[in-house]
Amino acid sequence: MHVVVCTKVTPDTAAKVSVNDAGVVGWSEAPVINPWDEYAVTEAVLLKGDHGGQATVMTVGKQEHEEALKQGLAIGCDQAIRVWDDALEGHDNLQYSKAAAAAIEKLGDVDLVIFGKEFADTQTDQYVYQVARKLGWTSLGAVAKILEIDFNASTIKVERLLEQGKAVVSAKLPAVIAVLKDINEPKYPSFMGIRKAAKAEIPVWNLGELGIDVGEPKTKVAQYKNLPVRGSQVQLFDGTPEEAAAKLADKLIEEKVI
Amino acid sequence: MHDINPKSELHGDIRKAVRQLCGDFGSHYWQSLEEHSGYPEAFVDALTQSGWLSVLIPEDYGGGGASLTEASVVLEEINRSGGNSGACHAQMYTMGTLLRHGSEEQKQKYLPLIASGELRLQSFAVTEPTTGTDTTKTRTFAERRGDRYVVNGQKVWISRVQHSDLMLLLARTTPFEDVEKKTDGLSVFLVDLRDAERKGLTVRPIKNMVNHETNEIFFDDFEIPAKNLIGEEGRGFRYILDGMNVERILIAAECIGDGYWFVDKARHYANERVVFDRPIGQNQGIQFPIAQAYAHVRAADLMRYEAAELFETNQPCGTEANLAKLLAADASWEAANVCLQTHGGYGFAVEYDVERKFRETRLYQVAPISTNLILSYLGQHVLEMPRSF
Repeated sequence: MHVVVCTKVTPDTAAKVSVNDAGVVGWSEAPVINPWDEYAVTEAVLLKGDHGGQATVMTVGKQEHEEALKQGLAIGCDQAIRVWDDALEGHDNLQYSKAAAAAIEKLGDVDLVIFGKEFADTQTDQYVYQVARKLGWTSLGAVAKILEIDFNASTIKVERLLEQGKAVVSAKLPAVIAVLKDINEPKYPSFMGIRKAAKAEIPVWNLGELGIDVGEPKTKVAQYKNLPVRGSQVQLFDGTPEEAAAKLADKLIEEKVI
Repeated sequence: MHDINPKSELHGDIRKAVRQLCGDFGSHYWQSLEEHSGYPEAFVDALTQSGWLSVLIPEDYGGGGASLTEASVVLEEINRSGGNSGACHAQMYTMGTLLRHGSEEQKQKYLPLIASGELRLQSFAVTEPTTGTDTTKTRTFAERRGDRYVVNGQKVWISRVQHSDLMLLLARTTPFEDVEKKTDGLSVFLVDLRDAERKGLTVRPIKNMVNHETNEIFFDDFEIPAKNLIGEEGRGFRYILDGMNVERILIAAECIGDGYWFVDKARHYANERVVFDRPIGQNQGIQFPIAQAYAHVRAADLMRYEAAELFETNQPCGTEANLAKLLAADASWEAANVCLQTHGGYGFAVEYDVERKFRETRLYQVAPISTNLILSYLGQHVLEMPRSF
C-alpha cells in the first residue's frame, strides 16, 4: 500500500489578507498547512496504520511549502517530496497538476492519492480532477468516509457528501480522492514526529527529473485587489415596538429585502 | 502584536505543535471543567497520544528522549496557551525515580506502558499531615512480612490519585529512632492503584480553591509486593531528592508560561479598553506595572534556562533550580495581580479566564515547594547562614 497526500501551505484562515500598493498579497499570520490537508494527511496515516505500507506527503511549490511537508511527517507520514522548478514560477492549476501527476508516476507504486477538499488560498479544487485526468485514474470528490478499501483487490468504496444527500460509490484503485472534514479527527503532530521531521532530508524533484515540460500557464492572475470597503447606514425607527416593527417591515419591502 | 517571548523561536516546532493542540482546548473547555470540578480527560488524552507527556522517557523505553529544556517548553506552552499543566505534569516527571533507581525488570515492565499512556503514573505520596515538608519525620510505615510490605499510615495533598494507575509512595521501613542518620530508613514503593481501594487504601478528596484533584489517603494494612520496592530499602529519601531539581525546573517553566499569558492578556486589554477617551494602557499607573511584571518574567525565564542547561550537562544545579522556581513563581504571581488589576471588575468575570489563572498560579507559591523553603535553602546552603528551622 502506498498513499500519497498532496499539500501546501496557505494563509491561516484567521489571517487578515491584504494587497499592498505594489499589488503583492500579504497576510497577518504565518502560513500554515492548508487546513483541509490536515484531514488528508491524517487519513493517509490512519490507512497506513490499518493496512501497513507507506504514506508519502508531497508538495509542488517553493521551499516555504516544506513547512506543510514537515507537518505531514510530524503527523506520521514516512517520507516527503517537494517538486519545484523555476519553470513553475507563477504556475496555474494545470501546470501544477502536470507536475504533481508526473511525480506520482515517478513514485511508481501509488495506490491512492488524497487531497484536502480544496486549497484554502485559491479556493479551488480543479487540480484534484486534473491530476486524476493526467494519471488516467478515477477521481472521487467530497469523500466523507472510506467505507471499504482493499489494496490487494484494488477496490475502494466511499461515501460522498453531496448537496442532495449522500452517495456511496465504488471504484477501482488507483484513484484520486478529495476528502471533507467529516472523514476523521485530525491527528496532532507528535513529539517523535517533530523530531523525525526536523532531521528529514526532503528531496526536491525538478521537471527535468520528472521528464516533463509544463509549458506556459494557460491562465495568469492579472491583478489582486483588496475588497471594496462597504458603506453602511444605520436607521432607527421610533414609536412603540409595534409601530417601529411596522416601519421596519415597510422599509424592508421597499428595499426588496422581503 | 508580536510574541513577547524572545525565546519563542527556541524549539519553535515544539511550541507550535503544543500550541496547536492547546488551541483545541480553549477558554470554554477549561471553564466548563471548573463548573463540575472535572478532570481534563480529553486534553490529557490528546497530550498523551501525541507523546508530549512521555518526552522525558528514553527512546529505549518508548519515550521521546527529550532534553529537560524541551520538556520544560512543553509545559510552558500549555500554561502559555491558557491551560493548566498541573492536571498532568507529574506524568512527565514522576517516572524519573523509577527510571533512575528502579531495576531493569521494573523499567522494562512499566516505562513503555507509561510512555504509551496505557498506565498513568502521576501520583506521588510523600507529604503527611503532621510532617509537612519535614520529610524525615514521615510516619507512614511499611513493615516487611515475607514477600510483601504491609503499610499503615496517612498522607495528604496527594494529587491525581483518581486519574493514576500507579503511585509512588515514600514510607519508613526503619523506625526513626533506630536510624543513624534521620534521612536513612525511608523507602520508595510503586503502588498499583487499580484495585488498591479494595485492599486497604482509602482516598478522600479535598475540595480546594482551584480545580485540582488532591486527596487525603489512608493505608490500613495495605499490602505491597516486595518486588515493588524501588532501589534499595532505606535509601528512599535520596531518591526523592534526586528528582527535585527536575521538578523545580519544570514547574518554573509552567510559571513562566503563566507569566507570559498574564502579561499578554493585560497588555491587550490595556490597549483595547478605552476610558476617558483613551486606552487605559496610556496611563502610567496601568502601563508600568505590566512592564515591570514582564521584566520579572523575562529575568526568571533566563534562570530557568540556566538551570536546565546545568542539569543537561550533568553539573550541580540545585541552587539554580531553586532560584528558577522561586523567581518564576514570584513573577507569575506578580503578573497575575497586575493582570487582574488591569482588567478591573472584568478580571473577576469567569469568561475572561483571569480569575481562574490567578487562582491556579497562586498555587506555585506553595506547591510543590513553598517559596519560604527555597529562601531557607538559599540562606543556609548558598549564603552559609545559620539553619533557620
